[in-house]
Amino acid sequence: MAKKITLSREFLKGLWDENPVLRMLLGLCPALAVTNSAINGLSMGLAVIFTLVMSSAIISLARNIIPKEVRIPTFIIVIATFVTIADKMLAAYFPDISKALGPFVPLIVVNCIILGRQEAFASKNSVSRAVIDAFGMSIGFTITLTILGSVRELLGVGTIFAVQIMPDSFEPWMVMVLQPGAFLTLGLMIGISNWLNAKRAK
Amino acid sequence: MVNIFIIFLSAVIVNNYVLVNFLGICPFIGVSKKISPAVSMGMATTFVMTLTSAVSWLINKYILEGLNLQFLQTVSFILVIASLVQLVEMFVKKISKPLYDALGIFLPLITTNCAILGVALFLVLKEYNFIESIIFGFSAGVGFTLAIVIMAGIREELELADVPEYFKGAAITMIVAGCLALAFMGFSGLI
Repeated sequence: MAKKITLSREFLKGLWDENPVLRMLLGLCPALAVTNSAINGLSMGLAVIFTLVMSSAIISLARNIIPKEVRIPTFIIVIATFVTIADKMLAAYFPDISKALGPFVPLIVVNCIILGRQEAFASKNSVSRAVIDAFGMSIGFTITLTILGSVRELLGVGTIFAVQIMPDSFEPWMVMVLQPGAFLTLGLMIGISNWLNAKRAK
Repeated sequence: MVNIFIIFLSAVIVNNYVLVNFLGICPFIGVSKKISPAVSMGMATTFVMTLTSAVSWLINKYILEGLNLQFLQTVSFILVIASLVQLVEMFVKKISKPLYDALGIFLPLITTNCAILGVALFLVLKEYNFIESIIFGFSAGVGFTLAIVIMAGIREELELADVPEYFKGAAITMIVAGCLALAFMGFSGLI
């Protein structure tokens, strides 16, 4: 099973084959809510990288001493601790971003990607594998969010990372930075990834 | 009274939890294939949300603020929710078999529904009092139910539609949700 594949495959699977947002449809709430600009998507991704890698490492270390019956509450407490750290760090060093993300930083606790990886992977594998898996998954998540944020920012206000891309004559599609734009863009991205996958399988 | 009505209207329609605030998307996509499970999920969520908002308001006011421990908010709220869901499950199983059969399998899923933790975090952010918090929790649940039932209704019809192959399933659901969100944006000037 998991032991057979190499470490690099372990990392790469999170980027495409098991991409949490596009292929497994996990963690959709933050993916939709905070991606009204590329920088917000990227910072949410970084917060998730921190939380997922740290909690995977801790849970993988403690996997033999956590009783099976109380594993879910244990996972949640470990995750909530790291989320609180990430939240306070953002508020202290990047107050603007922290304001833009609002309650979605504490809501990383209930992001199904994180709990899902602990249950499915970190609690059964060695520390190095768990950490590599966590990096792969969360980087896959970050890339997806950054692309989603860039597309919406580009069409909605004509910039990417606040750098003007579109010519002045471009009329911004306000709807893209509002709620419907999030659903539409993600829907199209899932459709495109299905198409690319089908093409690759042939 | 007017205040309470505004909170209700705002949480159900204008700031609908799913379509405007993006909370609870996972069950919104996952449990909206048929109308009847969607209704049960909505009911279970409303029930837990109302309870959670009452309990987390009390905890925040008397324990966390009293002891100046606000940084433990996330940790304590998620623990409250997890244990509350467990308690509700046992309670419902004891008192009413039909209700348990209807809500049963949805209750464990609710723990990781971000809408519930979202309600707890929002009511602290908005500084509601006890009664307002309960109303807010209840109406957020009603709003969630409204969105998921409408979505299930659309998806039942969508089964018959001729959707491009690669857009079947999640992709078309997202796009439909986008149209629905567009419709809900029309309410935004209401309050």
